[in-house]
Amino acid sequence: MDIFLQQLVNGLVLGSVYALVALGYTMVYGILELINFAHGEVTMMGAMVALAVIGALALAAPGVPGVLMLAAGLAVAIPVCVALGLLIERVAYRPLRHAPRLAPLITAIGVSIILQNVAMLIWGKQYIPFPAILPQGRHTFYGASITDVQIAILVLTVAIMLALILVVQKTRLGRAMRATAQSRQVASLMGVDVNRVIAATFAIGSALAAVAGIMVSAYYGLAHYYMGFLLGLKAFSAAVLGGIGNLGGAMLGGLLLGLIESFGAGYIGDLTGGFLGSHYQDVFAFFVLIAVLVFRPQGLLGARGVERA
Amino acid sequence: MPEAATRPRWLVFGLLALGLALLPFLVDAGLGRSWVRLLDLALLYVMLALGLNIVVGYAGLLDLGYVAFYALGAYVYAWLASPHFGLHLPFWAILPLGAALAALFGVLLGAPTLRLRGDYLAIVTLGFGEIIRIFMNNLNAPVNITNGPQGINLIDPVRLAGMSLSQPHTLLGYTFTGAHLTYYLFLLFTLLVMFISMRLEDSRIGRAWVAIREDEIAAAATGINTRNLKLLAFAMGATFGGLAGGLFASFQGFISPESFNLMESIMILCMIVLGGMGHIPGVIFGAVLLTLLPEALRYTGDWQRNLFGQVYVDPADLRMLLFGLALVAVMLYRPAGLIPSARRRQEFADARE
Repeated sequence: MDIFLQQLVNGLVLGSVYALVALGYTMVYGILELINFAHGEVTMMGAMVALAVIGALALAAPGVPGVLMLAAGLAVAIPVCVALGLLIERVAYRPLRHAPRLAPLITAIGVSIILQNVAMLIWGKQYIPFPAILPQGRHTFYGASITDVQIAILVLTVAIMLALILVVQKTRLGRAMRATAQSRQVASLMGVDVNRVIAATFAIGSALAAVAGIMVSAYYGLAHYYMGFLLGLKAFSAAVLGGIGNLGGAMLGGLLLGLIESFGAGYIGDLTGGFLGSHYQDVFAFFVLIAVLVFRPQGLLGARGVERA
Repeated sequence: MPEAATRPRWLVFGLLALGLALLPFLVDAGLGRSWVRLLDLALLYVMLALGLNIVVGYAGLLDLGYVAFYALGAYVYAWLASPHFGLHLPFWAILPLGAALAALFGVLLGAPTLRLRGDYLAIVTLGFGEIIRIFMNNLNAPVNITNGPQGINLIDPVRLAGMSLSQPHTLLGYTFTGAHLTYYLFLLFTLLVMFISMRLEDSRIGRAWVAIREDEIAAAATGINTRNLKLLAFAMGATFGGLAGGLFASFQGFISPESFNLMESIMILCMIVLGGMGHIPGVIFGAVLLTLLPEALRYTGDWQRNLFGQVYVDPADLRMLLFGLALVAVMLYRPAGLIPSARRRQEFADARE
């Protein structure tokens, strides 16, 4: 029982990070029908910038409380990521809006490679440890334990998601975003500045990515120039699992993928009589993903028949 | 699209053949021996790109797990021609086997994904590719099948008429290195793959693929068996992938799961999109360009020295950055690819209006 609870906690924490990144993919996809392959790298950049700021602060002013340092890291990383997201949209995607569908995919891959290598040139190839500035508290209940960092990740994620839903459902910008997602042309006829809406979408997605990047590096205790690739891949899978273009879907998909992974890692050995070990956890995740899509090609919460030829 | 040839065809073909035959010697003399090996590698990628082009370029099925078939071909070769299982079968017996197994997996992957389109298909194929790679990485216990992350070593080189392609041979007073001989073998296979691709393109099947790519529902309505044709596209693409994998294993002598990661699939996709999707000359150009470009960018150290008098950034670190910039720049200025087919150029012009 304690293993079950523990995996549940781990899965929820991991899943909420996936969900935050997946939201960035799904918002852009909903509006542009474009896989923003560079989104994982924006997440990585968020983590790296925040770590650089925190590391510098920890050296310069060791007395400052950890939470303040973290806030400073966020305060620098979010604008950097937003600027990066806007720049990517402007340079790599906007000129190709009417090009064949695969062309922006290639520029997205190109941008990912550029960002990875820029990060490598700036911060080097080694793993960068997350400074031990955060409270290391650990709470035990029913045999499972949860750290303060994990609690903070969960709370923050829920808060961000609620805020995002509010923005999308209740504000003028949100209404413009939903209109643009339905039809760019009609939205622009109704007086929506489509370019501005798309830029705003990239800005919001990148800000979420920055937060998610910091969470991941705090959770694992390190950051690396290559960390965005797998994270982005999993988050994108989560977005597809939930039904790409659908905000609720991305949240559900992210949480599910996190849970599948952690339960897969915990139980796969028992399930297969010890034949397959926990290093097959990714196989497990992808297998579930494939199975879901084969039986429900539009994703869990996706609407049927919205795909365009 | 047969165009009226202004020059006699045999002359063009003759010059082309002569050029291809002399290429390794020119490269060897001009750039050095290591570039001949790169030439071999480029041919391998041409085969892979042409194979993926059938799936993505002709049939319009976005496949991000193509490297799985490449891996299967390579592992089949390694299992049947290395000390790993103590088997040493001749290469002409293994290659078809690897290609056939890859084709089988192509159908196995294709069958459940027939209903998926676009990005959903992309993510499923991506998952498939990752699953194959993870299995290759972990199937060393409890029974050692793939030797895990260490990979399989000491794979037999190709033996043709009693001579091994890993050693130099003297023919007609000239010493051919293994890389030279491999070039001719790979060239032969590349031409075969090219020929099949060309014949497919203008065939009933090829036109049916294009119809499916443009509008699957309309294609089905005109009586095209979309299920069988999509499966055929997967199988054909996978066959070429498996073939290239077998050749890669024999060429390299060593394989490990690291050679078959997602980035490799993405690279092959970049080759065809960058070159010009669905257009054989474009695909070939893209494959050669993207194989050679990262190597050529190693020379940025010399450029830095010439420009600034010293090396600021390690060229090995810089080359992937430049590579990414090149990808973006080419796509921005030539969104339909460097050498697009007439059809795509037209489509693009239409979309612009």
